[in-house]
Amino acid sequence: MRDFLIKARGLGVTRNGRQILQRADLTLQAGKIVTLIGPNGAGKTTLVRAVLGLIKADEGELIKAPDLRIGYMPQKLHLEPSLPLTVARFLALGGKPRADLGEILELTGIDKLIKMPMQSLSGGETQRVLLARALLRDPQLLVLDEPVQGVDVTGQSALYALINEIRNRRQCGVLLVSHDLHLVMATTDTVICLNQHVCCEGHPEQVTNDPAYLALFGEAIGTANPPQVAIYTHHHDHQHDAHGNVIKAKPGAHVHTSSCGHDHHA
Amino acid sequence: MPDFLLSALLAGIAVALVAGPLGAFAVWRRMAYFGDTLAHSALLGVTFGLLLDINLNLAIALGCLLLALILVGLQNNRFLATDTLLGILSHSTLALGLICVSVFSDNRIDLMAYLFGDILSVSTTDVISIWGISVAVIGALIWLWRPLLAITMHEELAQVEGVPVARVRTALMLLMALVIAIAMKVVGVLLITALLIIPAAASRRLTHTPEQMAIVSSLLGVVAVLAGLTASYWWDSPAGPAIVLSATLLFSLTLLKKQHA
Repeated sequence: MRDFLIKARGLGVTRNGRQILQRADLTLQAGKIVTLIGPNGAGKTTLVRAVLGLIKADEGELIKAPDLRIGYMPQKLHLEPSLPLTVARFLALGGKPRADLGEILELTGIDKLIKMPMQSLSGGETQRVLLARALLRDPQLLVLDEPVQGVDVTGQSALYALINEIRNRRQCGVLLVSHDLHLVMATTDTVICLNQHVCCEGHPEQVTNDPAYLALFGEAIGTANPPQVAIYTHHHDHQHDAHGNVIKAKPGAHVHTSSCGHDHHA
Repeated sequence: MPDFLLSALLAGIAVALVAGPLGAFAVWRRMAYFGDTLAHSALLGVTFGLLLDINLNLAIALGCLLLALILVGLQNNRFLATDTLLGILSHSTLALGLICVSVFSDNRIDLMAYLFGDILSVSTTDVISIWGISVAVIGALIWLWRPLLAITMHEELAQVEGVPVARVRTALMLLMALVIAIAMKVVGVLLITALLIIPAAASRRLTHTPEQMAIVSSLLGVVAVLAGLTASYWWDSPAGPAIVLSATLLFSLTLLKKQHA
C-alpha cells in the first residue's frame, strides 16, 4: 500500500509562452487536509486541474494511486435557467452512487432541499449540494476548489466543520483551495502557499484569541468551539518581482523558519 | 386527404419528434448559432451532390457531418471566440452555397425550396429515410441521455466523474448535423434553427424535469407541424414558414403562463 494518494514532483505548466506553474511539489495522503493558498493568477487552479487530470503538465511527474476515486467540487456551477433540474436529479447525474444517499444527504444537511430546483438554491446550499455529489462517489480524495466562496462567515465556519467531519469519518484525503491568504481551515494539516511556484508550506497557527483576529471576524468564529478557521502566517524568505520571478533577499536580511526549509533556484 | 399532404404530415411529424429533445440541448447548451452554421452549410452539400452526381439527401447529410467535425476541431482553437468563428463559417458557407447552386445547377433545382423548405413535395422514399434517421437519432439521444445532461451541467465535473466529455460532445454535434439534414426538406436551411429552438423554449415553462421538457417540446413541434400544414392547405401559405410561425404562436401562448419554477 502506497502512503500517498497523489504525488506531484516538479510540475510545470506553460500556456501561450508564459509559465503559469513552476516546479510545484504536492503530496496528498489519506486522512490529511492540504490547503492551497495564493494570490489570483498564482496557478492554484492550474495545479488543481493537473491533479484532476483535466490538463497535462508540461514538466514534472504526477503519480496517482491506482484506481483513485476523486470527488471534485468545482468552484462555480453555471446554471442555465432554461434547464429544469431538481437537486435529486443533479445528484443522480454523477452516476450510480457508491455511498449511501440518505447518509450523505443528512451529513451535508440537504435532505430538505432534494425536490427543489437547482436554480432556487442559495450560494451556501449550492456548495453543499456540490459537496454531496462529490461524496456520493465515496471518494478516496476530495478536491474542493474554493468551497466557501460566496458563503457568509458563519456558513464558512459550518462548511469547514463539515469538511473536517467528513475527513475524520471517511478518512479521505482533502485538497482544498482557499481564496483567502490569511484565513484557512484550522484543522488543515498542511498549508501550501503558491505563487507560480511553491513559496512555502507549513502548519497553520491556531490564533483564536488574537484581538486582531476577533476584531476582524467577530464572535461568530471566535466563540466556535473548536475553532474552524485559523490565521495562517508564514515568513517569506524572498520577494517576487513584477513578473512573479523570485528575487533573492540579501544574505542575512531575512530569517529562515522551519516552514521555509527549501531553496529556490531562480 | 391528398397523398402529398399525408407524406408531408408524416415527414413533418418525424422531424418534430426528434427536434424536441435535440432542440432542448440546443437551448440548454446555447447552440442556436451552431445550428444555423450547420444548416447554412447544408446548401453547400446540395452543390457537391449535384457536382458529384450523388443522392442529394446523402450529400446534404455528409456535408453537415463534415462541417460538424470541422467545428469540433476549430472550437479547441482559442484564437477567436466561438461565436465569431461560427459567424464567419455560417455566412461564408451560405454565400458559397448560393453561388455554387446558381452556377452549377442548370436550373435543375429550385433554390427557394432549399432555403425555405419544400415539405409538400417529399416522396415516399424521403418519408422513409426521414423516419429512419429520426428514430436512430432519438435512440442515440436516449442512450447518451445521462452523459449529455452531465456535460451540459458542468463539463469538468463530468470529466472527473469519468464521462468521455469530448466524445459525447462530438456525438451531440453529429446528431444535430443529421437532424438538420432531414429538417432541411421540411423548413429549409434558413428556418431549421427555429424548429429546434422554438418548441424547446416553449416547453420550458410547462415542465419541471429535463425529460418532460424534451417530450413536451416534441409534442409542441408536432402541433406546430399540424397547424402549419393546415394553414398551408387552406390558405395556400408556404408550408415551412407556416410551421415556424405556428411554433412561435405556441411559444407566445406559454408566456401567458405564470412562471413558478
